[in-house]
Amino acid sequence: MSIDLSQFHQVFFEESFEGLDSMEGGLLDLNPDDFDVETINTIFRAAHSIKGGAGTFGFQVVADFTHVVETLLDEIRAGSRALEAPHVDVLLRSVDCLRDIMQALQDGDEPDMSTADTLKAEFVAILSGASECTPESAVSPDSNLDESDGASDETPSGHWEIYFKPDADVLRTGNEPVRMFRELESLGRLTTEVVVCDVPAFSSLEPETCYFAWNLTLEGGSREEVDEVFEWVIDESELSIRWVHGGLTESAKNTTQSPPATTTDNNQQPVESGSTSVDDSAPTKEMLSEPEADLPEPEQELESKPVEAVVSSAASVAGDKKTESPKKPQKSSSPESTSIRVGIDKIDSLINMVGELVITQSMLGQLGSDFDMGKLVRLQEGLAQLEQNTRELQESVMRIRMLPISFTFSRFPRLVRDLSKAMDKKIDLVLLGENTELDKTVMEKIGDPMVHLIRNSLDHGIEKPADRLAAGKPETGTITLNAFHQGGNIVIQIIDDGKGLDRDRILMKAIENGLVSKDDNLTDEQIYELIFHAGFSTAETISDISGRGVGMDVVRRNIQELNGSVEVQSMPGEGSTFTIRLPLTLAILDGQLVRVGEEVFILPLVSIVESLQVDLGMINNVGGNNEVLRLRNEYVPIVKLHELLDVEPENYELEKGLLVVVEGDNSKVGLFVDDLLAQQQVVIKSLEQNYQKVDGISGATILGDGKVALIVDISGVLRIASKVKGKPVSADHQAA
Amino acid sequence: MPKILAVDDSASMRQMVTFTLKGAGFEVEEAADGQQALNIAKTSGFDLVLSDVNMPVMDGIQLVKELRALAEYKFTPILMLTTESASDKKVEGKQAGATGWIVKPFNPDQLLNTIKKVLG
Amino acid sequence: MSEQALSNQSGVSSKEEMENALGSHDVATDQFLTFIMANEEYGVDILSVQEIRGWEAATTIPNSPDFVKGVMNLRGTIVPIIDLRLRFGLEHVEYGPMTVVIVLKVNTPTGDKIIGIVVDAVSDVYSLTNEEMRLPPDMGDQVNTAFIKGLADVQGKMVILLNIDELLDLQEIPDAEVLRNIVRD
Repeated sequence: MSIDLSQFHQVFFEESFEGLDSMEGGLLDLNPDDFDVETINTIFRAAHSIKGGAGTFGFQVVADFTHVVETLLDEIRAGSRALEAPHVDVLLRSVDCLRDIMQALQDGDEPDMSTADTLKAEFVAILSGASECTPESAVSPDSNLDESDGASDETPSGHWEIYFKPDADVLRTGNEPVRMFRELESLGRLTTEVVVCDVPAFSSLEPETCYFAWNLTLEGGSREEVDEVFEWVIDESELSIRWVHGGLTESAKNTTQSPPATTTDNNQQPVESGSTSVDDSAPTKEMLSEPEADLPEPEQELESKPVEAVVSSAASVAGDKKTESPKKPQKSSSPESTSIRVGIDKIDSLINMVGELVITQSMLGQLGSDFDMGKLVRLQEGLAQLEQNTRELQESVMRIRMLPISFTFSRFPRLVRDLSKAMDKKIDLVLLGENTELDKTVMEKIGDPMVHLIRNSLDHGIEKPADRLAAGKPETGTITLNAFHQGGNIVIQIIDDGKGLDRDRILMKAIENGLVSKDDNLTDEQIYELIFHAGFSTAETISDISGRGVGMDVVRRNIQELNGSVEVQSMPGEGSTFTIRLPLTLAILDGQLVRVGEEVFILPLVSIVESLQVDLGMINNVGGNNEVLRLRNEYVPIVKLHELLDVEPENYELEKGLLVVVEGDNSKVGLFVDDLLAQQQVVIKSLEQNYQKVDGISGATILGDGKVALIVDISGVLRIASKVKGKPVSADHQAA
Repeated sequence: MPKILAVDDSASMRQMVTFTLKGAGFEVEEAADGQQALNIAKTSGFDLVLSDVNMPVMDGIQLVKELRALAEYKFTPILMLTTESASDKKVEGKQAGATGWIVKPFNPDQLLNTIKKVLG
Repeated sequence: MSEQALSNQSGVSSKEEMENALGSHDVATDQFLTFIMANEEYGVDILSVQEIRGWEAATTIPNSPDFVKGVMNLRGTIVPIIDLRLRFGLEHVEYGPMTVVIVLKVNTPTGDKIIGIVVDAVSDVYSLTNEEMRLPPDMGDQVNTAFIKGLADVQGKMVILLNIDELLDLQEIPDAEVLRNIVRD
């Protein structure tokens, strides 16, 4: 039977990347002076699993490299080597290296082994250094099974004489002597003789104890094959195996001690009196007397096969793998097929929900089959139940896509460690709310913006130790990552206790770049906001850390693409806080349905501040066609949705429709619509999949009647609205 | 058909083992650590247990000890999946009562051969 | 599924009829679904046809070109609907009971897309050999004919075979006058 191992590659890669993450996390936690053994165990286990899997699935290069990594970890774990800081470094670099190799393998590329080879040399150097562990055992597979190499000159003409007295407890390890005899039989003709001299009196007989010994003769099989049969019991048994030249004419009792090749494991006992013939012997009899019936397919060719210096089964496996490995990786499955690992509890709750749904459905079905108005109440109840089932099912399905944010957070300790080292800063990273869950897709996309914000905090926020001391702060700065749920959103904060944003420098720079004019009277908040504008950077020198061409404007844009927002608060001398707000999922939206003419649009409920009927007294007209709503202390520009979205409205007069005030990116706008309809959750469908991106629209959904409704992209609307500021809105859009 | 409990914290190994054994007609249940395996073993009988050694929560050695302490698993074959470098684990496993071991890395054929041998 | 839809909705000739008409049995052939627009017959590769449906109102997309009639719900997928008359700059006619939407799978640089085209009526299915197709005449650089796969003469009628991958991805709209000239030449 041949099994295509490549079908398991994807899972293997996924768990290996997870394993590498947990190794990295563990290593970062590892303080050489004072560490938890369980941490080392976790790291070791991860390396161990990768090695085992890599060997099994044909990635020998990974297995080989992981072997040295594992060896060092094993020594540390066993306490035979003290953990030193350089070890952590080299182990971390190995994690990176393995990640690259595995990525290449996953992509079907030939991995670059140069880093691995360098690292391997470092490991060998470390391992050969003073330690109770010998370097040899560190870099080569152990060879405890190859003691039988002296047996290579055996010739096929002859037979094995075996004395086997298993440990009295052999049955309690699940090892059946019968099984071993059966195996021996598959090697050649076997005769057995049971030795019962140790069987005690019946009264003191313990049924679970094995009192027998056996004298066996076997015509055929190599030494290795015979050894293999006893491999699992050899240490606990009295076992002698020797080769006797010539055919088995004589009884096995008188052995000529010719070619030695004898391993005597414990003190070998000669066969003594009391031995009886096999016919009397108890449990193994039937099986042995009918070999053909039990063994329909003995391994052929064995009896005549000359014995070769096969080292051990383990070693030969490794050898086979080695020759296979170069071509295997190319068959690895495509990296596009992503999967998600889901906790069993989530699946179970899903199954429960479906069960309830089925019950409700059959109840409604019954009701419908002979319905009369007298059953109306029950129908309504049933429908209400159906609604609840559906909602619960939806929530459960959504929960499947939710993963704890620790998946994203876990990459940052390494980042902070490496960056602070590079910048000579001392930084503690505090992670809070790691179990806060969010959608996998959102998670995948939030990583890069977060990296940028953390780099920014490290580079521009936290001061050098000396400066901190001078400012009366602790030498070590703190960056806190905090995640929590708020309403339908997940909020992620990046908080540093550094020097805060430099208000004056930002303002100066913004004036220089023409973003604002000197006469603008800006609040601190508005000034801090400027760092998110395109092309804005105040770093005095372009540093390696944050001068990589990605500005805060890109961070903001990326977050906005996820329907999220980012803002900053800062206190001079005390630090800054960046707050990212994101929807929990990209698949479902709490929507407010609005009507414009005959079209229905959906506004994300989270963006809506309030809805109001317009009193013309609240409207000011700024510069011709630009109407603004006076809302308490604010002036909110009005955007007529029918103009923006190019549809025929029912009403052109503001006082006849409604204004929905929405907020995004710290600015508000009043959207003019004809009517507000229901609020409901909608499943977001892509417009881009079959069409293209549409300005002002973030997607589409299908309403209860099967019609398509478009979802308004609030950030997009705000962008369009600000672009046409100063120009008559309507003119601009009719032209387009 | 004989029923086998496959215990490994690595999902890919579990999948491979299960796939191989099911393909050969065995019934297979999986567990991701020793504790899980023990719980499953208590609720359902198995003809053979195949367990990794290094696992979180409860390792394979402890699992063997716990299983051997149960009357139903006193004589059940328990095979450890070990790596070649961990020879001390073999000894430890034997002392705990393991029947034998299969050395990682192994291929599906080796796995099947060994298991067929043990189960006869 | 598409074949069933075809035979239900359009008077497709039987297989024998088609083969008789073509007079050829053993040459490799391509099958084309043809439809009528402004008295011209156009053909699209039948393999790209997903289904044929009657016209129903689509949800308009803001600020889109007039030939994009909007989007429809096709069993949970959002599918844009393009009025091929308007795409070709032909005069718009009111949609009637014969008006159909042919749903096509279009191969674009950004992947396969499902797009519906509104046409006056579905006409027929023809099997055509390579010999029966000829390349469109060269109309010079100023006229993009990439969206035309070729022309075919079927029972004395000229059929314009469309390359939908180009047609529905093309930015410039082919002019109806150009098409007419191609056919007349």
